[in-house]
Amino acid sequence: MALQSLDIVRRSATTTHPPTVRKAQTGTVAKLIDTTKCIGCKACQVACMEWNDLRDEIGTNVGGYQNPHDLTDQSWTLMRFAEYENPARGGDLEWLIRKDGCMHCADPGCLKACPAPGAIVQYANGIVDFQEENCIGCGYCIAGCPFNIPRISQRDHKAYKCTLCSDRVAVGLEPACIKSCPTGALVWGTKEDMHQHAAERVEDLKSRGFDQAGVYDPPGVGGTHVMYVLHHADQPELYNGLPEDPRISLSTRLWKGVTKPLALAGIALTALAGFFHFIRVGRNETHESDEQAAAQATERARHG
Amino acid sequence: MTNHWVDIKNADLVLIMGGNAAEAHPCGFKWVTEAKAHNKARLIVVDPRFTRSASVADVYAPIRAGTDIAFLGGVISYLLANDKIQRDYVINYTDASFIVREDFAFNEGLYSGYNAEKRAYDKTSWEYEIGADGFAHTDPTLAHPRCVINLMKQHYSRYTPEMVERVCGTPKEKFQQICQMISSTSTTTRAMTIMYALGWTQHSVGSQMIRCAAMVQLLLGNIGVSGGGMNALRGHSNIQGLTDLGLLSNSLPGYITLPFDREQDYEKYVAVRSQKPLRPNQMSYWQNFQKFFVSLQKAWWGDAATAENHWGFDYLPKIDKLYDMLQVFDLMDQGKMNGYLAQGFNPLAAAPNKAKMTAALSKLKYLVVMDPLVTETSEFWRNFGVHHDVDSSKIQTEVIRLPVSCFAEEDGALVNSGRWLQWHWKGAEPPGEARTDIEIMAELYTRLRKLYQLEGGAYPDPILNLSWRYIHPNKPTPEELAKEYCGQALTDLLDPKDPTKVLRKRGEQLAGFGELRDDGTTLSGCWIFCGAWGPNGNLMARRDNADPTGIGQTLNWAWSWPANRRVLYNRASCDTNGKPFNPERMLVAWNGKQWIGSDTPDYKVDDDPSLGVGPFIMNQEGVARFFARGNMVEGPFPEHYEPFESPLGYNPLSRNEPRAVSNPAARIFKADRDALGSAAQFPHVATTYRLTEHFHYWTKHVRLNAITQPEQFVEIGTALADQIGVAAGDRVRVSSNRGHIEAVAVVTKRIRALNIDGKTVHTVGIPIHWGFTGLARPGYIANTLTPFVGDGNSQTPEFKAFLVKVEKV
Repeated sequence: MALQSLDIVRRSATTTHPPTVRKAQTGTVAKLIDTTKCIGCKACQVACMEWNDLRDEIGTNVGGYQNPHDLTDQSWTLMRFAEYENPARGGDLEWLIRKDGCMHCADPGCLKACPAPGAIVQYANGIVDFQEENCIGCGYCIAGCPFNIPRISQRDHKAYKCTLCSDRVAVGLEPACIKSCPTGALVWGTKEDMHQHAAERVEDLKSRGFDQAGVYDPPGVGGTHVMYVLHHADQPELYNGLPEDPRISLSTRLWKGVTKPLALAGIALTALAGFFHFIRVGRNETHESDEQAAAQATERARHG
Repeated sequence: MTNHWVDIKNADLVLIMGGNAAEAHPCGFKWVTEAKAHNKARLIVVDPRFTRSASVADVYAPIRAGTDIAFLGGVISYLLANDKIQRDYVINYTDASFIVREDFAFNEGLYSGYNAEKRAYDKTSWEYEIGADGFAHTDPTLAHPRCVINLMKQHYSRYTPEMVERVCGTPKEKFQQICQMISSTSTTTRAMTIMYALGWTQHSVGSQMIRCAAMVQLLLGNIGVSGGGMNALRGHSNIQGLTDLGLLSNSLPGYITLPFDREQDYEKYVAVRSQKPLRPNQMSYWQNFQKFFVSLQKAWWGDAATAENHWGFDYLPKIDKLYDMLQVFDLMDQGKMNGYLAQGFNPLAAAPNKAKMTAALSKLKYLVVMDPLVTETSEFWRNFGVHHDVDSSKIQTEVIRLPVSCFAEEDGALVNSGRWLQWHWKGAEPPGEARTDIEIMAELYTRLRKLYQLEGGAYPDPILNLSWRYIHPNKPTPEELAKEYCGQALTDLLDPKDPTKVLRKRGEQLAGFGELRDDGTTLSGCWIFCGAWGPNGNLMARRDNADPTGIGQTLNWAWSWPANRRVLYNRASCDTNGKPFNPERMLVAWNGKQWIGSDTPDYKVDDDPSLGVGPFIMNQEGVARFFARGNMVEGPFPEHYEPFESPLGYNPLSRNEPRAVSNPAARIFKADRDALGSAAQFPHVATTYRLTEHFHYWTKHVRLNAITQPEQFVEIGTALADQIGVAAGDRVRVSSNRGHIEAVAVVTKRIRALNIDGKTVHTVGIPIHWGFTGLARPGYIANTLTPFVGDGNSQTPEFKAFLVKVEKV
């Protein structure tokens, strides 16, 4: 895969035009997660923590294989385990293991919802990235995400999630999780190539009796740059609640659709009100006595 | 492994049984996914639990822990009854046609010659009929009723699908579906690989389970072929190397055995091991035993090993009995040992019955622990509350901890499961005061030698005469040691056919064990490694992954013992004329003049196939053995015996023979028998195992591993959970007759209740990784629960099937 520029095509709460000269000439990128090859070894979880300098806490076991129990600001990816007795196969048990994490939507709800300029960006190669230094910790990205991925840190009150190792991808490397996967369940390439590979996998699965095998690339969010191969593409919710038809929530759509212009109008009205206050009442001024009182208060605070 | 990791991609069918490759060998498991993806292979998993391997299998069948011989015996019965065998292979390459002695017998679970008092057999009758010429009688028409294959048919006719269901709890339909799939590989163009690990080894009948599977493979013609084989997945990065270098109590390097104390006579010691052919024209390669043995003695004792002193034969200890793990710790518990050196070994956690281990260690005067980590063994004297409740004031053992480097901090070769010696280079210097194992052992030796020099002692010769040729005596380098175990010429080696020609100059590395001599002119510390560091340098360090045929035979990547041969018995991949059974996956072939192909032939390279030399050149028969003769302690054919702690208390296959409930020849001491529990008190079947997230008792010291699997748990099925009122996440107490642990309950559909001979049997899964040292949450040592009983051949403890009781805390 060729080197990818990190040109930003979308930036949260920003109206300036993105640069358009450079395009992702080799196509956008995609990670394909083949749940039918995954053995749930968690090498990807460890690789993610190692590459991104994260260390989650040493937690507890609450009665399953899933550890940590949920995505956190320190765990950007997580194996989720589900037991399923398949009626189509005489009740035979299946252990459906899904690597959870950011799906890198083509139409990212988080970015849409984000009010902080430049806290969420989308690169030309399709990666949706959080720029924490711009994050104000409002949590709108969580509301905007149809996959429940971003997590706000208790430490710095900023939102974190998988970057798809944009720093590695920018220099021609695959994401750390891909490199660590021992069975080839995680595959990396252009989105087009990943679809091709997925089609071969689906054909193989159908030959093994999984008639409903298929690819998960949900159109409701414009498709995703993280895709799944599922044995049961007709029932994605079997895989620990993978949404069947994810969409950006109504409130986010309203916020960006109808509400935002209204809110902007509100802001304009406030400015207008200020202007008329100035015209009618004059400026708000401080007098000498106010300054003295302030100086005394400061002095007291220093020595008192 | 008979084959190697990469070769698994050539399989048409993969059977994982007695192991959980996806869990314990995730990197090697990639070759299973390759076989599935590119060879349309199907994967079968048979296991008491629906495992990570099962999660990607095409067919999964449950089985009761410890009943694999009943299952595999059922498969043998199916293959024979339905004539689903590779006939040419079976007739020509196995002992199917050999005639067994008339006095050999089997009745109600016992073979002829049993002595109940000694718990051992007189194996005289377990033999072929041998003629006056020293050769075994055969009947190639297979008509003789005492032909091995006819005895086998008779033996396994009792293993019906109904019997399999009764003993194993495997639903009959699933069992038959699996038989049918397995039988599809009896053709010449399809191969099945069997991947197993400690799920077979760690039983009181572990060796026979493995043997039984090998018999299935022989019937199908799946041994010696690409994509086939019996593939033991080794549990440590260098445990294959440990076995190869003979670190078992009765072993010397290269599968040479130590003399017993009844073997004081050198000639007899050699004669017994230089096995003569049992059929005409057979190679019986162990006839070269003396070359290997003398070269070993020369490596160890140099000039002090001479023809006059039988190459230092008297320097070797002659053992009165095996000093395996169980025996040693039993002696320690009896107070018969003063000191113990635990080198890279954490026996308090790794050996059965922790209470006995704690008592045993407490009786030592001193304990030396060489380890990179603070192991439980090194802290056995300290109180850790409920997880290790000892009274330190009553323990007088002095513990000395020597910090050592870990594998990534030293150069050297590791031998992988596929017998590849791969040289590696250190990634960092060891921290603090840590030193390599080599340095510690070397200095220990030089100090001991000095003491013997100064003070003498009883028979100091073996110590004083040891050849110690290293430039820095306290710091031999891995390179020096490697060259020594690989083999060197001690004088100019002349060509026996043309004495004017020097084959190897004095001091030159040898190219292979074919160059070893029994006259003291060569040395080799481990004959099977001979050639790994050859005249052209360190072949273990090679990293050329060229694979000209595309079947994964990368002969220039590292070096594989023996003779850089990647698939053992590969001559058996060809018919009797030397033509490959499956030309698509050719390993070797006869071209009219010599054997060529993608592998080093396991055969004399210029032996014309018409000479009729068999492909199993290490065996006296020249062919593979269904009939083990006297090589196994419990009988020539694998027979189902119950685990020592059985939920039934009887053997459904020999209902009326109380002596044949469990393995009649397994290793058990009297006190340990008394510590066994019964199904009345302990109704649940337990099995212990590893998780992907951890490696033994090491990685709980590693933060990242501890994050992904932080706290001790046990797995129980939903039926048992309902019965005892436990929900996922509750704490449970698991007790055996030897102690108890407490852990979080993982309640799962992946473990189902089994119907065993009309009785409902629940299985409890107990991962082993926790203990009272490290970063993960402190836990109990799983081996608190396990019984102190071992396989009769390997003495490996029965960690995989024992009885417990699970209760809500």
